[in-house]
Amino acid sequence: MRAFTQHQGLVAPMDRSNVDTDMIIPKQFLKSIKRTGFGPNLFDELRYLDEGQPDQDSSQRPLNPDFVLNQPRYKNASVLLARSNFGCGSSREHAPWALDDYGFRVIIAPSFADIFYNNCFKNGLLPIVLEANIMEKLFQEAEAAEGYELTVDLQAKTVITPSGESFSFDVDDFRRHCLLNGLDDIGVTLEDAERIKSYEDQRRETAPWLFGAGQ
Amino acid sequence: MAGKTLYDKLWDDHLVKQRDDGSALIYIDRQLLHEVTSPQAFEGLRLANRKPWRIDANLATPDHNVPTTDRAKGIEGIVDPVSRIQVETLGKNCDEFGILEFKIMDKRQGIVHVIGPEQGATLPGMTIVCGDSHTSTHGAFGCLAHGIGTSEVEHVLATQCLVQQKMKNMLVKVDGQLGKGVTGKDVVLAIIAKIGTAGGTGHAIEFGGEAIQNLSMEGRMTICNMAIEAGARVGMVAVDGTTIEYVKGRPFSPKGESWDAAVKYWRTLHSDLDAVFDKTVELDAADILPQVSWGTSPEMVVGINGHVPDPAKEEDPIKREGIERALKYMGLQPNQAITDIKLDRVFIGSCTNSRIEDLREAAVVVKGRKVADSLMQAMVVPGSGLVKAQAEAEGLDQIFIEAGLEWRDPGCSMCLAMNADKLGQGEHCASTSNRNFEGRQGFGGRTHLVSPAMAAAAAIAGHFVDVRELLN
Repeated sequence: MRAFTQHQGLVAPMDRSNVDTDMIIPKQFLKSIKRTGFGPNLFDELRYLDEGQPDQDSSQRPLNPDFVLNQPRYKNASVLLARSNFGCGSSREHAPWALDDYGFRVIIAPSFADIFYNNCFKNGLLPIVLEANIMEKLFQEAEAAEGYELTVDLQAKTVITPSGESFSFDVDDFRRHCLLNGLDDIGVTLEDAERIKSYEDQRRETAPWLFGAGQ
Repeated sequence: MAGKTLYDKLWDDHLVKQRDDGSALIYIDRQLLHEVTSPQAFEGLRLANRKPWRIDANLATPDHNVPTTDRAKGIEGIVDPVSRIQVETLGKNCDEFGILEFKIMDKRQGIVHVIGPEQGATLPGMTIVCGDSHTSTHGAFGCLAHGIGTSEVEHVLATQCLVQQKMKNMLVKVDGQLGKGVTGKDVVLAIIAKIGTAGGTGHAIEFGGEAIQNLSMEGRMTICNMAIEAGARVGMVAVDGTTIEYVKGRPFSPKGESWDAAVKYWRTLHSDLDAVFDKTVELDAADILPQVSWGTSPEMVVGINGHVPDPAKEEDPIKREGIERALKYMGLQPNQAITDIKLDRVFIGSCTNSRIEDLREAAVVVKGRKVADSLMQAMVVPGSGLVKAQAEAEGLDQIFIEAGLEWRDPGCSMCLAMNADKLGQGEHCASTSNRNFEGRQGFGGRTHLVSPAMAAAAAIAGHFVDVRELLN
């Protein structure tokens, strides 16, 4: 996995709560058997005026001028400001894949849905939770100043505004460790293979009905 | 020391290793696989030259992309070539790694969350995962079950474990008796309306109370299925006689001495009387009416005698904007009576409501009646080949067909419209599925979440109607 240590990037504000993963990447694009190529269809139904299809050249499609990411000032944004309960609904990892493929590295919101939040970390994408009043301030600043950028430091667990104001955020130690070092967490788990085997052996004794039934 | 909750017990029994950083390795007893969220996981295994840790813990079936007509054509019946590749890829992956798969022509094929319990592949006390958020369904059996992303599907294939942080405990208690015509679906919609779509975030919800205890396993599955719609990855119900009776004699269920030992353990799978929950929410079953969603989030729900809300009366500006946006998308007016919402299609199916009891409840309502002429389509999609066979043995298919509903083959179908079953732009659908998000059932489609009985009543009337008026 790609490591994440520090990132500075252009901020796009998405002023809408309960953005679900169907909205982030609609179902017709989940038919792909790859992990890449979802960027052009990120927020497809909000971003374009027509109905998107897989394998279509999205550059020829009519854009919705009202959608925030279609505004020229937010081109190449890599930090997304979002509202509460971002990523709710379906567990599709295609949602973080699409955000990543589009170019986002950081999503900042007052709250995230659990599965989406977890999926982000598996893909080198950093979801950050900040309090509602700080979010309000960031939204106002990002909308007021064209070219507004934030700096995110995962080592220090801080978000720094252009004026130098710094906000700290929480992230659990294991996820942070994996992200900072770009670790493959399957590899980390397999370091405990013996432990898993001995747990399994003990369960075969105490709960034999859990084994072999599917064969 | 306070007693343990059901979640605490399941967690402790599956804890392989508690790490110093607060994360834990949790052992997974069962992984269910389907075609949409597994191909990249299998590919990841191959790229890293890894093998599945324990083949017999996995069970696979294609469900999201399968057509619900002409099943006899098998894979050839999938018109969309991209969908077909996905279903074929699941087949190839399962064959390569030796994983048991109920393929498209297998009579046991169906929606993963229907076939797990049906086969006894879902057993009380298990940890169960699947790359699908509605895996919470299996919590109805006193399981710790939740949806995961594709990276975690790969992680479980490779290690039989997940890295987890322990969630908080939440109790949703529904006391009293449900009225006639009020089902598990109405209960869970009422719960989501009360606590909101993020009300359970970070929590494992246990559903308890007299009304839950009195529900069948089908009703409990419907409730746990939609725990994720309240933000909770995990929904659970304690094991009791109803659970054990349901599990008994199923193909994967233990037999003989092993059965007796299992039952003894399963009987311990309930929260202790002195267990402490971080959060408790109580509802009175008698207050719950048949529910209908009017908006684009599962919390946007009212009783059948209610009205579409008026955004002008909402003080919170973010909520007001949400209501305005939803009304615009749904093409509804503030203060409009729910019974005045006219429908274009009716969909009875999905992992929420496609089990035999759901079909029986719908059949009772439509028996001897006809679908309204104004409706473009009303369809019934059973949850599995076995549910279909059972319904046909009971004559339910004939009741539906005579009333003018289409009787389809099993799959996820119009719940998320990955196959050919979808809504057209602007069409209103009474749907027994779980999500009314924008575009969920088709580009521009307008979903109203209801119980099977309410969907059946709406099919007859052509608009929403209180099913209790038809149940005499």
